[in-house]
Amino acid sequence: MKANCWYGKQDMRVVDVPDPNILNKKDAIVKVSSAAICGSELHLYNGFVPTMEQGDVMGHEFMGEIVEVGPEVKQRRVGDRVVVAFPISCGQCFFCKKELYSLCENTNPNAWMAEKFFGHSPAGIYGYSHLTGGFAGGQAEYVRVPFADVGTIKIENGFSDEQVLFLSDIFPTGYMAAEQCNIQPGDTVAIWGCGPVGQFAIRSAFLLGAERVIAIDRFPARLQMARNGGADTIDYEETDVYDTLMQLTGGRGPDSCMDAVGLEAHMPGLLYYYDRIKQAMMSESDRPIALRQAIMACRNGGTVSIPGVYGALIDKMPMGAVMNKALTIKTGQTHCQRYLKPLLDRIAHGDIDPSFVVTHRMRLAEAPQGFDMFNRKQDGCIKIVMTP
Amino acid sequence: MARRSLKRTVRKTAHGTRDNAQAAASRTGGRIMGSHASGESLHPGSSRNGSLSQEEMWAYGLGLFGIGLGLAELMVPRRLARMIGAPSRHDGLVRAMGLREIASGVGILTQRAPAAAVWSRVAGDAMDLACLGAAFMSNRSQRGRVALATAAVAGATLLDMITAQQLSRGIETRNDHMSLTAALIIDRPQQELYRHWRELTNLPTFMKHLVRIEVQDDRRSHWVAKGPARSTVEWDAEITEDRPHECIAWRSVEGSTVDHAGSVRFEPASGGRGTIVTAEMEYRPPLGTVGAAVSAWLGEDPSHTVKMDLRRFKQVMETGEVITTEGQPAGRVETTSWKYDRAIKR
Ligand SMILES: [Zn+2]
Ligand SMILES: [Zn+2]
Repeated sequence: MKANCWYGKQDMRVVDVPDPNILNKKDAIVKVSSAAICGSELHLYNGFVPTMEQGDVMGHEFMGEIVEVGPEVKQRRVGDRVVVAFPISCGQCFFCKKELYSLCENTNPNAWMAEKFFGHSPAGIYGYSHLTGGFAGGQAEYVRVPFADVGTIKIENGFSDEQVLFLSDIFPTGYMAAEQCNIQPGDTVAIWGCGPVGQFAIRSAFLLGAERVIAIDRFPARLQMARNGGADTIDYEETDVYDTLMQLTGGRGPDSCMDAVGLEAHMPGLLYYYDRIKQAMMSESDRPIALRQAIMACRNGGTVSIPGVYGALIDKMPMGAVMNKALTIKTGQTHCQRYLKPLLDRIAHGDIDPSFVVTHRMRLAEAPQGFDMFNRKQDGCIKIVMTP
Repeated sequence: MARRSLKRTVRKTAHGTRDNAQAAASRTGGRIMGSHASGESLHPGSSRNGSLSQEEMWAYGLGLFGIGLGLAELMVPRRLARMIGAPSRHDGLVRAMGLREIASGVGILTQRAPAAAVWSRVAGDAMDLACLGAAFMSNRSQRGRVALATAAVAGATLLDMITAQQLSRGIETRNDHMSLTAALIIDRPQQELYRHWRELTNLPTFMKHLVRIEVQDDRRSHWVAKGPARSTVEWDAEITEDRPHECIAWRSVEGSTVDHAGSVRFEPASGGRGTIVTAEMEYRPPLGTVGAAVSAWLGEDPSHTVKMDLRRFKQVMETGEVITTEGQPAGRVETTSWKYDRAIKR
């Protein structure tokens, strides 16, 4: 089959690889009908995530039809149309039973390696380095889905792929990030980053009762999409983010702040170059620029929610602000499985049509060009969906 | 010219560090614990027995990166600045950071106990901060940015700090008698775990170095483990303690090729959260082939190897089998395994 594989920094290639097989009894094989490129994959593309290996199959946002099931798959059968959650979760461990699926204790065969980095290992993730298990991803014609009963949701209504595909990651990710903001009536939520997750976070914040959402980015197409979703916007290259937020909130600051940017943040000014240099020198792995701003801007006693991906170590964390302002920090890989059903219901109910985020459609064979375009944010690119 | 000689010094001192560490390891008569497979890429030529500790590996890498990038910063500051998108007026900053990176990098590599040099890096970060703070203050005084810079001064480089701390803590060494312990919580009742473990034929499903165990009677069993180059190593073992649902202990019988003892304890976790399983393994690796096999089972980080066995036991008990990626598609000749995976599947 054809699959989009990683071969090095900014080097993706669509190549022929063997078809996947059932390897564990609870596996299913899914024939992929649509797969998306996720913003978090740019960190792999740009070489910021260690333990990638040449030939690793990419992709953790995908859906399709089940064509084979292992002997212990109970609730899915051949022919089911399913969306697959990006973390791989066993459904049996302490964390899975608490619906903290992205913390599954059993699904990362390389858990020891993650322990070296993080102290404990998160769940396995499709196509996201060997640190999270080295599982082959879904930017391919077929993909192996471990624990298919836990990790998939069956799509029975006549939704298009683009309406339900983002249940695999970015819709639940934006939603969980908004949920973590503990939004109260009248609240203002500031969101750094208007990429795909930021866009879903904006809409989710409104779904959860936010009165006002302020979105921060620098790309006109992204800011426009944020405004379409009802947000006020700040272009951080035009104005000082902190000052503007204080003006908009009468000096108190947003009730919650969200970093939907992660480790490759940008900002004008010297501190940005400081972080780039430190990162280039490997004396910090992540650039926490948006995070620092979010912490500084958040109101006293407010919440900072971090859906943005961080890999290892950051520098100059304003911990004094976190402590003295009594901030709550909430973060985590998305417990995607927990949100599949409720958010599918939201879609069915007409609360949201996730296909709004799609700006580009292409064939799987064009994946490398897709990554390049998405990375450069060319042509107003926000979300790319690929079909085989 | 000065640059070239500096580079040579770096290469020489890098090897010096490794040799020193190995010498230190053999002097103490044991292996340095705590190194892991990821270090192999840094030391393609280093032998298993003389491998560096994890902390030293970090420091070593830190030193090399510091020097490499420091050199780049010194020699081509403009190009580096362009690469990171900085305007050329930051050349000075880039050069200054380069200088101190090299200084502390060389310091780390040339010292046998590099803790002091790593701490000097930490001090260097304070210098960076002072520069940055000054730069911020002299900027148009926008409250947000000044606040940000002030907050930033409170921090320090985490990686440097962690490495410095671990090195100061010292390196664990053991004599030839290795005793390894690992504990893992498993969300199943202790009776169930005990029963599965007591059925010794189950052990090879989660203890990767075992090929099979043949049970001879209530106490005696015959163990077959992987040896070098597809050979096997075999010995007889006997159960030395058997307290139902609580504890099983075993050891190789007198005169076996492998001098091994092990035990596993099952204790209820607090709050009804399953069972805490504690495994203890003891080996006295002999010389020669069998010794090589034993050190291969134990890998670069023996305590972590025991923990991996427990983790697979947990997978079996909680989900029914060991979760694998062996045999999945990939765009390379070997379909699955990667150097890190291989390191633990030996
Ligand atoms: Zn994603
Ligand atoms: Zn689990």
